[in-house]
Amino acid sequence: MTAPLLSVRDLRVNFPTRSGVFEAVRGITFDLGRERLGVVGESGSGKSMTGRAILGLVRPPGKVTAERIDLQGQPILNLPEDQMRAIRGQRISMVMQDPKFSLNPVMTVGAQIMEAYRLHARATRAEARQKALDMLAAVQIRDPQRVFDSYPHEVSGGMGQRIMIAMMLAPDPDILIADEPTSALDVSVRTEVLRIMDRLVQDRGMGLIFISHDLNLVAQFCDRVLIMYAGRVVETLAASDLHNARHPYTQGLLNSLPRLDTAVDRLPVLKREASWRDAEILTPQPGGL
Amino acid sequence: MTITTREWLLSDAPQTRRQARLGALYQGWLTFRANKLALVGLVILILLVLIAIFAPWISPKSPFAQNLGGRLQPPSAEHWLGTDALGRDILSRLIHGSRITLFIVGTVALVAPVIGLFIGTLSGFLGGWVDQVLMRITDIFLAFPKLILALAFVAALGPGIGNAVLALALTSWPAYARLARAETLSIRKADYIAAARLQGAGPMRLLVGHVWPLCVSSLIVRVALDMAGIILSAAGLGFLGLGAQPPMPEWGAMISDGRAFIMDFWWVAAMPGLAIFVVSLAFNLLGDGLRDVLDPKGAKE
Amino acid sequence: MSGGNGTTGTGGRALFGPRFGRNLRAIGGVLLSLGLTLLGLLLITFIIGRIMPIDPVLKVVGDRATQAQYDAAYQAMGLDRPLWEQFLRYITDVVQGNFGRSISTGHPVAEDLKRVFPATVELATLGTLIGVLVGVPLGVIAAARRGGWIDQIARVVALVGYSVPIFWLGLMGLLLFYGILGWVGGPGRQGIIYDGMVPTVTGMILIDSLLAGDWGAFRDAFSHIILPASLLGYFSLAYISRMTRSFMLEQLSAEYIITARVKGMTERRVIWRHAFRNIMVPLITVIALSFASLLEGSVLTEIVFSWPGLGQYITKALLAGDMNAVLGGTVVIGTCFILLNLLSDILYRVLDPRSG
Repeated sequence: MTAPLLSVRDLRVNFPTRSGVFEAVRGITFDLGRERLGVVGESGSGKSMTGRAILGLVRPPGKVTAERIDLQGQPILNLPEDQMRAIRGQRISMVMQDPKFSLNPVMTVGAQIMEAYRLHARATRAEARQKALDMLAAVQIRDPQRVFDSYPHEVSGGMGQRIMIAMMLAPDPDILIADEPTSALDVSVRTEVLRIMDRLVQDRGMGLIFISHDLNLVAQFCDRVLIMYAGRVVETLAASDLHNARHPYTQGLLNSLPRLDTAVDRLPVLKREASWRDAEILTPQPGGL
Repeated sequence: MTITTREWLLSDAPQTRRQARLGALYQGWLTFRANKLALVGLVILILLVLIAIFAPWISPKSPFAQNLGGRLQPPSAEHWLGTDALGRDILSRLIHGSRITLFIVGTVALVAPVIGLFIGTLSGFLGGWVDQVLMRITDIFLAFPKLILALAFVAALGPGIGNAVLALALTSWPAYARLARAETLSIRKADYIAAARLQGAGPMRLLVGHVWPLCVSSLIVRVALDMAGIILSAAGLGFLGLGAQPPMPEWGAMISDGRAFIMDFWWVAAMPGLAIFVVSLAFNLLGDGLRDVLDPKGAKE
Repeated sequence: MSGGNGTTGTGGRALFGPRFGRNLRAIGGVLLSLGLTLLGLLLITFIIGRIMPIDPVLKVVGDRATQAQYDAAYQAMGLDRPLWEQFLRYITDVVQGNFGRSISTGHPVAEDLKRVFPATVELATLGTLIGVLVGVPLGVIAAARRGGWIDQIARVVALVGYSVPIFWLGLMGLLLFYGILGWVGGPGRQGIIYDGMVPTVTGMILIDSLLAGDWGAFRDAFSHIILPASLLGYFSLAYISRMTRSFMLEQLSAEYIITARVKGMTERRVIWRHAFRNIMVPLITVIALSFASLLEGSVLTEIVFSWPGLGQYITKALLAGDMNAVLGGTVVIGTCFILLNLLSDILYRVLDPRSG
């Protein structure tokens, strides 16, 4: 059996504060193949921090420890910054929540896409320009030439996120981490953006880590789902098995959504119990592959 | 079961309003205390106030007693910081001069923010043409170089410590007016103002009872940060001979006195300058600490 | 013609693009407020001129004038007219560059100003140059290595800059570098032998001596200007480095910086190409403000270094009760302030793709 694309064992992220150490992520273990893995949890459950920790982007005073983080069998935990830079963008990329903030406001869209590609592919300006235009076309932007020359404030949110996807996929990474990629977008364009991202990821046979608080969305676009609570994974399920969830928190999340097939008088409020913080994890075998 | 005062103060769930308020104060003090330099600033300023209060008792000599036989003496056991051109003891003059410094800074720090608060809140609260006119006036004052304007005022009113204070106050209110107006604009729309209005509170009552108290904390931070600037401006006026008049031991004027002898008798100008430096440094340190406590957003930068 | 809504890329950032109408209106608004501010400036100087306890007539005719002579001068100066008319006349005069005659120098104030202003501009420009060249990199590095030793040094440098009296530091500098070490020229703009040797073109001796090809004069002028300019530069850099640092910290915590890091950009590129490009526009405002405050700060510096510039001119006139000269100088500095504000406003509009 070949090594998985990404293998994470006992990942922890800590932040020292005045009132003691805050543990944002408390021992996460999972494997990622060429599949779409959903990570679901409420805000503060540590799901975004997990993504940043993998990329080595947790800033001091935050501290990342793990038994190991391997990228295709090669350890990348605490790699020196210059080696980590070669991995970022080229092998693992990330799309963030709001293109309004995640695109540089004073650089043209084209310059931002070309920048990453030129660095990683060592391409000439002309090649990079062509690649950027191709990528813009690949994310179904109708007039790539015009968008290439525009500034981020001149494009809509949905288009901004497509630009972001184009930019992050330009150097052909193996893994894409999508951190709430549609939460800041209008509902009307969410599915469209997700479909574009999904198609590109599938076509290229990449691994996708899709971080979201929206269980439905994740179930729809992912193969497998990790449910996080208070910095830990409480349950791992195949997306198709979601209705068989055993953990009360997962059940609670599912029940707090309105349903089309059954009449629900009143949506139950999500209950939390202190014991969940440290209870047994319901999927003993990591990765579940 | 007993809890310590500290636990009571830091409680997450205060039982009374008083506990909450004291708790907030204590939290603030902890933040402030964590800034060691701010503590140093506070200690220096407390010392300065004590020195000013007890000036006549702690100064070794009279600040005015001339001794032409012992003029321009270097620092010695007799005169710790030396003597000036008229043989006066520089240390004693510095000690007495602290009163003048505190008087100038205190008065300006009281007058300017009050003018600014009044104009700014009125402008923000009433809006419309009142706002337009008042803000235009404020802009004009802001467009003016402060020191030059103060100079022109002092020239027009005549040199002297009172006029120097007046000129400094007249030139420093616009910044406070801007700040107070911005705060008022954000407060004006708040629901509790609407609630108070529904209860029948008139505009004056709203202004005094609800708007002013909320503007005060940001004004205090600003004043604390501006104090050093006020000291330096006042010293500058004194240096130009437009502030306190001789023989008053004003620090800026003392530097001016020593200027003529700078190459041979450096201490005459150096000592008062050091005093100004230490005091305005203390105000800057204190201001930084206060900002950490009262304005966490600004402190993050 | 108000241009498109601009939400989906009209592409251009040009001043004359489809947003021309809006730009024009914005510039019109700026010009209007500029005019009002200038008017206010003149009003304030006018009022100061009226409330001063010095009798301008007596200054002209002297103490021993007869009542008839006094009255004649009184009328000739227009002091018998209503105040608003006097103000109007004052404005008309100023607009025509007529600030009256200086009592202490005997020349028209405008002529004096033409002589002293370049000296001040030369000093303030060199000071700002030092402030920018040292302050900007210092602020950027301090922000990038927050908490590191460069950050600590920058902090101390700024704290001292905000706390020390400029005139005192100038005196101490003279004592050390001129009196004790003898590294620099003393007070004044030039040594005696070079005084008046370089033909005046711009009024800035460094430039004039270069134009004349007179290296000796240039070196002499440089040795005189370097200390006061460094002094002003120090204050400028204290301010500029602090502002740069806080702008940079704000940008470095922005999301797009994470994007750049995710893309694998080097830290140097993240800092200079991404973050720094975003602070350039506000930084220009800060630099303009700093230059303006150096024009003002030169008052005390010029006194200390006997620098024959605007600051010294105003102060000497003040002490002599020479109100025409004071007000003329004040109007010039005030106008510079306003124009610098305008300039930074325009640069902001032109340089920031988001504006408009």
